[in-house]
Amino acid sequence: MTDLSAETADEPVISLTKVSRVHGSGAAAVEALKGVSLDVAAGELVAVMGPSGSGKSTLLNLAGGLDRPTSGRVVVEGADVGALPPKRLAEMRRRHVGYVFQDLNLIPSLTAVENVMLPRELDGVRTGRARSEASHALAEMGVAEVAGRFPDEISGGQRQRVAIARAMVGVRRVLLADEPTGALDTPAGDDVIQALRARADSGSAVLLVTHEPRYAAWADRVVFLRDGEIADSAAAQASV
Amino acid sequence: MSIRHGLLALLTQGPRYGYQLRVEFEASTGATWPLNIGQVYTTLSRMERDGLVAPGEQDDQGRVVYAITDEGRSELSRWFGTPIAQADRPRDELVIKLAMAVTAPGVEVRQVVQAQRSATMRTLQSLTRAKRAEPGTAQRLVLDSMIFQAEAEQRWLDHCESVLAATSPSAPPPAGAPSSPARPSRTAHSSQE
Repeated sequence: MTDLSAETADEPVISLTKVSRVHGSGAAAVEALKGVSLDVAAGELVAVMGPSGSGKSTLLNLAGGLDRPTSGRVVVEGADVGALPPKRLAEMRRRHVGYVFQDLNLIPSLTAVENVMLPRELDGVRTGRARSEASHALAEMGVAEVAGRFPDEISGGQRQRVAIARAMVGVRRVLLADEPTGALDTPAGDDVIQALRARADSGSAVLLVTHEPRYAAWADRVVFLRDGEIADSAAAQASV
Repeated sequence: MSIRHGLLALLTQGPRYGYQLRVEFEASTGATWPLNIGQVYTTLSRMERDGLVAPGEQDDQGRVVYAITDEGRSELSRWFGTPIAQADRPRDELVIKLAMAVTAPGVEVRQVVQAQRSATMRTLQSLTRAKRAEPGTAQRLVLDSMIFQAEAEQRWLDHCESVLAATSPSAPPPAGAPSSPARPSRTAHSSQE
């Protein structure tokens, strides 16, 4: 049951309110984001588009607690990112947020399943449980068959799916993806966007930065950033 | 869009009633080009006149089955064998609109571009949604074509914006500079004088 209507959506999983981020200070200050407000609910896939320098990556880093706002409020899974002490912030990121980047950062000396197990083992989960969670995450991404293989033995699309499985293993329901289809050919890129869509449909809040309109079109909402501000957004028509 | 050739192609699978042709045409094209039954019958009678199809006997419900003729088959293979000329396609209103927006004084070209970008993205979103419903192959390829066209339009809009930014006398302020609420409109006089 994937009822995404407004009545059933509770608090947004990611909530940015009038968020600004200034890099540097004085004459060299650069305002990367200017008063951006954006909510992402559970079950929602939101795409962010915009030319380079428009603030896309800053927005993603703030939404994932990798960076703090200069002003405004960023709330992720109920936690006010700007107010958390560093240790709690790191814990919040590890518990709740998964990241997928263009360069996948899979560890070459570990098999696919070991790569996915790693964040859970760092959380202190026992190996057996970490392995079963990792196998489940791989199966969900449709790459159960590559569990025992090393990153250089599988295709680019499979590697990206393993990276998404690693980002989502455990109980995390915030998924941030920065150009995850970047280096992939079309079929592999399609696989990745389908995987992200599937994550959203099963209840995660997914925020995707992409420059590819064809992938942005999978989102429930597309936000266009320009000079650090939201220029416009396009919401998909209600499904029939 | 050639309804005539579409109907001929369907008739190569065997004789069909007009109503059947309409249903099958829409099934192949994903209801992208809805046909009314009047168009189907008008087209069939013109093709009958031109010797491309032949009507059969009327059945007890008054329906007539049409079959493709040899002439119809050769017309169809000529159609499949001939590429579409670019000039056969209708002029693109968006291209004209953008050219005019750049030429006419006082038009906020960036807003015209952004409004189109959002609208095209909504189209792309509904096409993608339709594709996710896993249509049949013919329908899927029609959707793909429309998706590629919408994508090409998005790329072109991005391109317009960067060309305008590069040629405009009032290039956008660097990120971080205070933005003035009333931006001067971008017109094309810079390259003229």
